[in-house]
Amino acid sequence: MADTAVLTHEAGAADPGLAARLGALDLPAGGFTAPARKAALARFEKMGLPRGRDEYWRYTDPSAFNAAVPAPMDIADSGPDGPLFEDLDRLRLVFVDGVFDAAASDDLALEGVEIDTLAAAEGQAGHWAADVYGTLEAEGQTRVARPFGALNTAVARDGALIRVTGKPSRPIHLIHRRADDSADVYFHHVIVVEPGAEVTVLETGMTGARSNYVIEVDVREGGSFHHITAKRAGYQKLGWGGIFARVAAKALFKSFNLSLNGTLMRHEAVIDIVGDDAVAHIAGAVLGDGKNGDFAHDDTVFITHGAERGESRQVFKKVLKNGAKGIFQGKILVQPGAQKTDGYQISQALLLDEDSQFLGKPELEIYADDVQCSHGSTTGAIDETVLFYLRSRGVPKGRAIVLMVLSFLADALAEVEDESLREQISERLDAWLTRHA
Amino acid sequence: MNVTTDLEVREGVDRETVETVANMGSYKYGWDTEIEMEYAPKGLSEDIVRLISQKNEEPEWMTEWRLAAYRRWVTMQEPKWAMLNYPEIDFQEQYYYARPKSMEVKPKSLDEVDPKLLATYEKLGIPLKEQMILAGVEGAGETPSEGRKVAVDAVFDSVSVGTTFKDELKKAGVIFCSISEAIREYPDLVKKYLGSVVPPTDNFYATLNSAVFSDGSFVYIPPGVTCPMELSTYFRINAENTGQFERTLIIADKGSYVSYLEGCTAPKRDTAQLHAAVVEIVILEDAEVKYSTVQNWFPGDEEGKGGIYNFVTKRADCREARAKVMWTQVETGSAITWKYPSCILRGEESSGEFYSIAIANNMQQADTGTKMIHLGKNTRSRIVSKGISAGKAQNTYRGLVSMHPRATNSRNYTQCDSLLIGDKCGAHTVPYIEVKNNSSRVEHEATTSKVDDEQLFYCRQRGMDEEQAVAVIVNGFVRDVLQALPMEFAMEAQSLVAISLEGSVG
Repeated sequence: MADTAVLTHEAGAADPGLAARLGALDLPAGGFTAPARKAALARFEKMGLPRGRDEYWRYTDPSAFNAAVPAPMDIADSGPDGPLFEDLDRLRLVFVDGVFDAAASDDLALEGVEIDTLAAAEGQAGHWAADVYGTLEAEGQTRVARPFGALNTAVARDGALIRVTGKPSRPIHLIHRRADDSADVYFHHVIVVEPGAEVTVLETGMTGARSNYVIEVDVREGGSFHHITAKRAGYQKLGWGGIFARVAAKALFKSFNLSLNGTLMRHEAVIDIVGDDAVAHIAGAVLGDGKNGDFAHDDTVFITHGAERGESRQVFKKVLKNGAKGIFQGKILVQPGAQKTDGYQISQALLLDEDSQFLGKPELEIYADDVQCSHGSTTGAIDETVLFYLRSRGVPKGRAIVLMVLSFLADALAEVEDESLREQISERLDAWLTRHA
Repeated sequence: MNVTTDLEVREGVDRETVETVANMGSYKYGWDTEIEMEYAPKGLSEDIVRLISQKNEEPEWMTEWRLAAYRRWVTMQEPKWAMLNYPEIDFQEQYYYARPKSMEVKPKSLDEVDPKLLATYEKLGIPLKEQMILAGVEGAGETPSEGRKVAVDAVFDSVSVGTTFKDELKKAGVIFCSISEAIREYPDLVKKYLGSVVPPTDNFYATLNSAVFSDGSFVYIPPGVTCPMELSTYFRINAENTGQFERTLIIADKGSYVSYLEGCTAPKRDTAQLHAAVVEIVILEDAEVKYSTVQNWFPGDEEGKGGIYNFVTKRADCREARAKVMWTQVETGSAITWKYPSCILRGEESSGEFYSIAIANNMQQADTGTKMIHLGKNTRSRIVSKGISAGKAQNTYRGLVSMHPRATNSRNYTQCDSLLIGDKCGAHTVPYIEVKNNSSRVEHEATTSKVDDEQLFYCRQRGMDEEQAVAVIVNGFVRDVLQALPMEFAMEAQSLVAISLEGSVG
């Protein structure tokens, strides 16, 4: 197993904050995950809690994630949005505060895929997930310390275990619901896409007053993985999440995340391209309004090209108003020998008023010469000329701004391949923008 | 190395390019001057700091200023965030002061300077004679004396050897002298501005410099004066195991203008040498400063033995409205480069520009870029950075663009391009973008690519060998930046680009 990176400060169990953080948690012994949990706990203790002066936390204050327990969040604070993708033919798995609710879920049998849940499968000997659980997260710690990922592997009790062997006819829809005002929720999904297999995973709903998720995705040779998350967040919501993906030769990985509301959300993505001719795309659309309290949203992405002719795309768009803060830290690492890599990254922020801010660090680290890598980043306000044009054509100001914002977000949304899903997300964006105009 | 002198000039290849290729050679400035030197004892302590101050005949306040910096420095940690790998520096294994014996009694004019020193600069192409133009330009002798003049302050290890055109500059009201002289002669100006842009507590290397800087240049341009000629400082490290710590302070008073050039070289040595400089520029209302550097310190040999470790803090403070600064740098030398010439855009409508070519070949490592700190309304900045990596070198652009909440209606445009030659090197980009108001626009673009095969094929078809072809393509790649350089520097820089890449192909 790879070495673990450490944060820039001297960490260790001596940190009283760390002891308090762990003390507030009930650590499961685990079944087949027991060795992975033990190793993860050791990793977490070695790394310690992040601090504001750590390079990867310079723009996001980690203290709310470091606190032993989250502030309670009223379940009624769920915003006016209803559930998404309701009219879609899909297989539903429902989690309540991170715990699988079999009664509310569909039958887990679906052709071309094996679906289990972590808590239920833990006791089984020789389960396929035993070889994956915690391993991709651990590898994702090699270059940058991600303490909350390790914490999740040690603490999470439930989650979906999905092994795709064929081409299931329906997408798998993971739905989250809340039950307890002060729930500190941890869940951990493991997804393996076997060679040539193909799956779409959707994830929506609401998760805890504070949530921490890890998704480990292993896309094997020629496999395809489509991932769309559009979780709803209340205004007080705190969330940290990490996607740890490995993409093999000729495989496809595509992930899109829609984020609305929340006090502090951080999404980390670690994607390793390990086989030739692989494709990895990750995109995000964020709408943040600081009117109802603080809003900070942080996308921290690290894509490693370790094989030839890989293609990666990072497309992140943030629309911010009323003192909302958007953060993007994206990195493309091209390892020696990863020739013919095509790496692209764009991060853009639209600041709708004087108080909002965007902080970005789009990085390239390249050790191969025959590559095309580029990144772009822009920050600015609504273009008054375009606004004037729309108004001169009779579009009311509020509607004109909504249209302009939607067109600003279009590139990110285009990363959702399925037209009907894209349509539904677009409607959700439109509704939010109209409400927050 | 290819013999190219008899290369036939064909259509489509300009003469300049052919000359560039013809002039290719290894590090040209690697010889040393045998001269009797006087050293301060090895290592660093309060006594050494006092000794340097005493050698410069400084007033008490200056000695105290240095000592405060030293006391601060001993509590500081060396920064480790740059993408640079080098063995731990033993700060006690360095000499902090070295001056030629012949400089013990300060020469009153250039005529009194030790001929060996004058010969050194002559050989470097920096004749310390008036009426001569600068450095490495063919046919300098043919230039009429009324042509372009460049005043030179020549720094040899720890001391300034001499400054040319002082009298002529004085007539225009311009003060151009060594910083040690300025501390003695113009204490009020020095007291007012020294450390006001780069405070002695700024960072590990700036603090070290504040404690031990031995010499450097001082420039003051009075209000409304356009400096009648370009000013230049040439830094030469000669002594072994000796660090050079120079300090430059430039003050452009209201409505003034100056173009300042800086060059540097050092002999080939097996052991690495330390260079930690500080450059402070203060620019007042409507004034403009152009600061151009061709950094050509010894880069170490092909195996990475020796070379200069270059840790430099350069910062310009556009303190008042419509102040303007332009940094242009061509970084081809040094084993290690750690350098971020920055602009503080405090005055309304002030502007900062940064043009950089950084070339790293063999085992060189460069971590360089800029900071644009927008504090005032309607401020503008532009960054154009071209990084080239070859051999086993690592080249990093690191930069910050910061728009403060009050810097409304400001603008930044950044373009960082990297070119990789060979598959053993690395090119990295680490930009930080911080935008805290919405009326400003910030745009950042970066690309990384290799020498285009089609362009290469075209050049080869025209009769160039691969190395020449690469040099031509690279010169095209860096053209945007070369155009920002003063003419003499542009020519020198262009040939340096080729020299630095020698041996990187095939």
